[in-house]
Amino acid sequence: MEKFIICIGIVLLFLMLATLVRVILGPSTIDRLVGVNVIGTKATILIIIMGTLLGRVEMYVDIALAYALLNFITSVAAARFFQRNRDVPATASDQNVTIKEEASC
Amino acid sequence: MLDIIVVVFLSLGVLFFLGTTNGLLRFPDFYSRMHAAGKGDTMSSILILFGLALYTFHHPSAMELLTGFKIIFIAVLIFIASPTATHALMDAGYESGIEPWGGENGSEKEERR
Repeated sequence: MEKFIICIGIVLLFLMLATLVRVILGPSTIDRLVGVNVIGTKATILIIIMGTLLGRVEMYVDIALAYALLNFITSVAAARFFQRNRDVPATASDQNVTIKEEASC
Repeated sequence: MLDIIVVVFLSLGVLFFLGTTNGLLRFPDFYSRMHAAGKGDTMSSILILFGLALYTFHHPSAMELLTGFKIIFIAVLIFIASPTATHALMDAGYESGIEPWGGENGSEKEERR
């Protein structure tokens, strides 16, 4: 049973690495934020899996709870930041458009 | 018996996360990627956490029971927080003016307008 949980943790780790590809390639900033949100949620679960394997779940559960709350607050705060600041370019093409508009003015 | 249920829960969770990663990498559009990330991530998290909580109930004592209920509490927290974060990110993307995907040749975009 422990070997099965180790396998689950390794598979989750590799899928998180695959999600990291979207964070690196993502065309816009919010695409990267989505990937970071997914990776953070899965990191919460990896912490609990580690606690189960090490036999000290009662300690790791509190760490995972704090991590889940921080991840939620990070996502909402970053979303609010990109909603308020219209000047921050969401994509690279947006930046070119604003530069061209300024040049035409 | 409990082991079989735990194995089923964990495998289903990993399967859902496989679908999430696949959708996040292969969908063409920001909005469809949010669709894959929001639903599959929440579902796989809840399934894996329920499986681990059941695995914690293996040796019944007061401490293990409390730990299992804490894990279920984390599952409830993710069930509330993850769709809220997804909605906030989606709203931010809509406000910053990201265009929806318009089909292979951009043909459906004209019809929508």
